[in-house]
Amino acid sequence: MALEQVAEAAAMHSEREVPNRLSMVVFSGDMDRLMAAFIIATGAAASGMDVTMFFTFWGLQAIKKQTPTGRSLFGRMLGVFLKDINGVGPSKMNFGGLGRWMFKKMMKAHNVTSLPELRQLAAELGVRMLACQMSMEVMEIRREDLIDEVQDVVGVATLPRGGFAFEDHAVHLKPLARTLSLL
Amino acid sequence: MEVKADLTLDLKGLLCPMPVVKINQAIKNVPIGGIIEAYATDPGVMADIPAWCRSTGNELVTMEKQDKVIRFVVRRLK
Repeated sequence: MALEQVAEAAAMHSEREVPNRLSMVVFSGDMDRLMAAFIIATGAAASGMDVTMFFTFWGLQAIKKQTPTGRSLFGRMLGVFLKDINGVGPSKMNFGGLGRWMFKKMMKAHNVTSLPELRQLAAELGVRMLACQMSMEVMEIRREDLIDEVQDVVGVATLPRGGFAFEDHAVHLKPLARTLSLL
Repeated sequence: MEVKADLTLDLKGLLCPMPVVKINQAIKNVPIGGIIEAYATDPGVMADIPAWCRSTGNELVTMEKQDKVIRFVVRRLK
């Protein structure tokens, strides 16, 4: 079976040299992608890994309070469209919020842990949540606009090496193999 | 051989990642060498619990599926 082979390869790999650490760059504000990011983060943390999530650009919505942001005209215009974690919609089939409503209902019907609950769980499990200084500057989001669980506002050098980017394509294989064995 | 569980967990109805999160919380409540017996309905645990045991260095004593309920037993090793 393919799954067993992956698990076996990952187990062999983990015996070699992989540090017990997972770093993710979360740069999407889509509900489905954030679900995946938080599920991987909580699953890895529950398996004893040291997990860091670095939120940048649209990903900042996952750690933002529902407060108006922005100082300049453009900044405030952008602020109108920025959501908090309850307001983010799926990457496909959102239909102006209808898709978000439908997916929330369907996930609840299947007893899937909701996105805000997953974020809370991540914080309780000790997942380190970091915010990107540069994109906060550009988008005119202040530290006070972010939830208290965010540990720090940092630049790229702080993100531990060996992370993988959580978007469509940019995935480094080693941590992914490690992750597959956990989830 | 039947072993007596120190703790019994009901994970029925929970989906990924909750079974792994719950077992991780529960393992802290049994002594080293202690046994947790759990019941789940998420088919994902068939792969996840063995993987979790490998990652955390605990022992999967047994795992079996009857109808829709999966019963597994984990021994805390460290």
